[in-house]
Amino acid sequence: MTNAVIKCDSVYKIFGANAKKMLQDANGNVDAKTFQDNGCIVGVNNASFEVSKGEMLVVMGLSGSGKSTLLRCISRLTDATSGKIFIEGQNLLSLNNKELIDLRRNKMGMVFQSFALLPHKTVLENIAFPLQIKGIEDQESINKAMDMVKLVGLDGRENYFPRELSGGQQQRVGIARSLAVEPDIWFLDEPFSALDPLIRKEMQDEFLRLQEKLQKTIMFITHDFDEALKLADRIAIMKDGIIEQLDTPANIVLNPATEYVRKFTQEVPREKVLKIEDIMEKPHNENLSDLKVLKNETIENVAEKILTQEKSVGVIDENNQIVGTVHPSKIINTVFGGKKNSD
Amino acid sequence: MELIKKNPKLFQWLFLITVFFFLCFAIEVPETYKFIRGQAEFIKDPNQSTYTLFGAEVRYYAFDVFWRLPPLLGWLPIWINDSLFFLMNEWMPMEFWNESTQSYKTRPLVLQLTRNMTAFMTFLIELIREIMLGGVQTVVAFTSWDWIDANPWAKLPGLPWTIVTAGAVILGYNLSGKGLALFAGIVMIYISIFGQWKPSMQTLSFILVAAPLSFVFGLGLGIAAFKSKRVEKALSPILLVMQTMPQYAVLVPAIVLFGVGDHAAVIITMVVAVPPMILLTLLGLRGIPPEVIEAGRMSGCNNWQLMFKVLIPTARRDILIGVNQVIMVCFSMAVISAFIGAKGLGFNLLLALNQLNIGLALEAGLCISLIAILLDKMSLAWANKQIDYFGNLTFFEQHKNGLCFAGVVLVGTVLAYVGSFYFKEGFNYLYEVPHNKGISTADFWNRGVDWIWDTFFYTLKIFNTWLITEVLQPMRALYLRMPAVATLVLVIGAGYIIGGVRSAFVVGGLTLFIALSPWWDRALVTTYMATFGVIISCIIGFTVGTLCFQNKHTTSFMLGVCDIFQTFPSFVYLIPVMMLFGVTDTSVLIAVVVYATIPATRYTIEGLRSVPAALHDAASMSGVTKIQRLMKIEFPLAFPHMMLGLNQTIVFALFMVIIGAFIGTEDLGQYILKALSDKKGAGIGLTLGICVAFIGLVFDHLIRTWVEQRKKHLGIV
Repeated sequence: MTNAVIKCDSVYKIFGANAKKMLQDANGNVDAKTFQDNGCIVGVNNASFEVSKGEMLVVMGLSGSGKSTLLRCISRLTDATSGKIFIEGQNLLSLNNKELIDLRRNKMGMVFQSFALLPHKTVLENIAFPLQIKGIEDQESINKAMDMVKLVGLDGRENYFPRELSGGQQQRVGIARSLAVEPDIWFLDEPFSALDPLIRKEMQDEFLRLQEKLQKTIMFITHDFDEALKLADRIAIMKDGIIEQLDTPANIVLNPATEYVRKFTQEVPREKVLKIEDIMEKPHNENLSDLKVLKNETIENVAEKILTQEKSVGVIDENNQIVGTVHPSKIINTVFGGKKNSD
Repeated sequence: MELIKKNPKLFQWLFLITVFFFLCFAIEVPETYKFIRGQAEFIKDPNQSTYTLFGAEVRYYAFDVFWRLPPLLGWLPIWINDSLFFLMNEWMPMEFWNESTQSYKTRPLVLQLTRNMTAFMTFLIELIREIMLGGVQTVVAFTSWDWIDANPWAKLPGLPWTIVTAGAVILGYNLSGKGLALFAGIVMIYISIFGQWKPSMQTLSFILVAAPLSFVFGLGLGIAAFKSKRVEKALSPILLVMQTMPQYAVLVPAIVLFGVGDHAAVIITMVVAVPPMILLTLLGLRGIPPEVIEAGRMSGCNNWQLMFKVLIPTARRDILIGVNQVIMVCFSMAVISAFIGAKGLGFNLLLALNQLNIGLALEAGLCISLIAILLDKMSLAWANKQIDYFGNLTFFEQHKNGLCFAGVVLVGTVLAYVGSFYFKEGFNYLYEVPHNKGISTADFWNRGVDWIWDTFFYTLKIFNTWLITEVLQPMRALYLRMPAVATLVLVIGAGYIIGGVRSAFVVGGLTLFIALSPWWDRALVTTYMATFGVIISCIIGFTVGTLCFQNKHTTSFMLGVCDIFQTFPSFVYLIPVMMLFGVTDTSVLIAVVVYATIPATRYTIEGLRSVPAALHDAASMSGVTKIQRLMKIEFPLAFPHMMLGLNQTIVFALFMVIIGAFIGTEDLGQYILKALSDKKGAGIGLTLGICVAFIGLVFDHLIRTWVEQRKKHLGIV
């Protein structure tokens, strides 16, 4: 538990004039409808979770589900109405203004849906901005910003103004800016939602490449379930301010906790999401075929090979140890076995 | 019945107009009625009625209350006056240390405060003025007159015009390159060789104090209003009134508070220039997307950094328009404040107009306009300037501007020094070209005016007479024929139909204020002149704007022309019309039309331009002709924005009508001008100003309310 970088403990965010009092009276039993009748809007309803170091948590939900509000509570762009938030063990809500600014200058970076670049600054100046705010002298901050420009592949455009760039390029600037201070925690608020599908895919791949290199602790907001599946270590699905389910992509697809989550998972091609280890059985002494597959391959990649076999296939880990078995029929069951999970 | 249900508004309007005309015809003109009864407080007449309120005696001619309301607010100007005098001369006497007499002196608090402000302003103005022109005032401020007498060498020498010109060129080059440098050079050389150097520098020193101060105060108050709802609430009514208050009207109370001279002019200029700056700052800050603010916060900005590194630069566009406005107002006031003794080009302009020396007036006016355009362009270029991080510069390259200027100072000084030997007798032209020794084109222009008069005398006269007798007089008579009650019903009814009960109350209250003041008749005359100006301006503006919009080049050309015309101080417009039409109402009206056409044209173009491109395409694909597109798509969508233009047109027209009093009109402006020379004029001037502002606000309120509803209806926000 000590390596939790972000920890939320029953966080509530309620908008409205007498939100605090209503929340107290509700006694932990918050119902969006009653609150709305009294002029309050429930943004986040009892969120508790942890994000550990180097992990990417994707928060998925439709618009108005409170996902952005949750992120803003954790970055303290708005103050949570009640609950506790810890950043690396520090109680976020007890920080004074100076400590908060310090935290943001050194530990946090954030990317915004509409890019939020400063229109009067060039690409380079935009990226150097958080450094200059920190008080790093001009030339040094510019040099460092130049490294970031290269990292996101915008070399040659550093003296352009944001308005002269395409959406994808602008968001690269936004990403570079959020990374300029080398933060440990990286918030991304629907960073690719405003982009074209093709560019979006390109940016997702780019993002995965960066993350592999940088290993940040990430909270990523999206309304796109496919994007969540593609990127996430774990996914939190939100609806009306409540986290409906928080689990790995595979578990969400295999065991949707609520009807709402199930609706999302129905159309998802399982073979793309599930890995062999998600469907393998415990090894017991039986005849295995000669084929061995790695446990963290996606089904999509090895299905064809497995289906040519008659006997169960051995599943191995990185050390070549057999950790489980998969029968070809299981593959057929998983991929074609209707929308119901076959257990 | 079907028709009524479909167009309820239309029938409400018809009903209103019927009632209005019914009242107009039902109420007879009283036999004793004569125009101009506002002077009740000046002339004693046994036919007058009197009443006393708050210790002020108000005399007036009583009429049927349906025809004209009695001036129940007649005590207000007198009361304002008395309060001002009480504040200045009696309220809170305190002991103040007097430096020059080395003793304590008893003075009322307000008097002391205003005198301190005055002294500070004077010091600033003199400082800049003496850097440009030389003098001893600044040194005196730090020492004493005795010390100066003992040390006659101790004075600021003043820069030779060559240095100032070269400085302006370097600045222009540095800010935006060759074009601006060239323009700066031409302007400065023009000023110098036409012998306008001294008054120009006087005006410039006034502007260089007034504009930055107005900018700082406007920005500061704008930020305060952005941060605190309470400040905004407190400011908003003042801002609203100040927007439509004619600049003349502020002069009068300012004389009482600050005396006459440049310092008072600076303070008045600030009073007039700060409100638009506040509004535009607020507008800009409000328009920032919330994500940009969050991005700033997440970058670790403290409040100060957030404001000055994120918010203000992001809102730069609107703030720059504010700066532009400030500069415009400053130049406009530079002329108007000549009425209260400010030195410089404005004073010369006024003098020349008074002597009907159109040539001289034209030269001074051209100078003011050129300086105004130059400063405007420079401030824009300064705001748009970029920093180059990658230049690996040597010491010389980094400091080339400073070095250049140092060189220029050296060369200029040497030149001036050499000049003092060369021009042994009389004047050193390399130091300063004196006022009457420059080239003057005044005679040429005057001859031109004479020629026009000789050649076109009859044509002009016929036009003039026709306009006055056939159009203006009947229109004026019609306006004056309206019974007060009918006008009130019309205004309140319009308010109700457009904006409901609240609007009816607002416009009714504003109109009632004017009706109860002693100047209802004159307000009607002001309204009639403004109406005439607005109608003509709108016809011209909408037509020109629409025609220019058909082509990209003409569009940008026309907007540029509007920009330049807007930079001209309002007084300058009077020069050419006086050239052509002499001292008549026609001149004033033509000046009004020209001045008010600018916003009408600009808003038409901008309105048409704001129509989304997708709609153009959609229309084209439906196979519309150009005319159809204009009538069916562009006009309806651009109309709300064009109505905002109408709003501005009305404000501009009112301003010009009031300024036109200088030529001689029989409206509120005449009285404001009169109040300037009246010892007890402060209250009258202010009340008159409020009356004019309220006329503007009535229209402003109606138009804005309508536009907001219309925009909501069309789904444009």
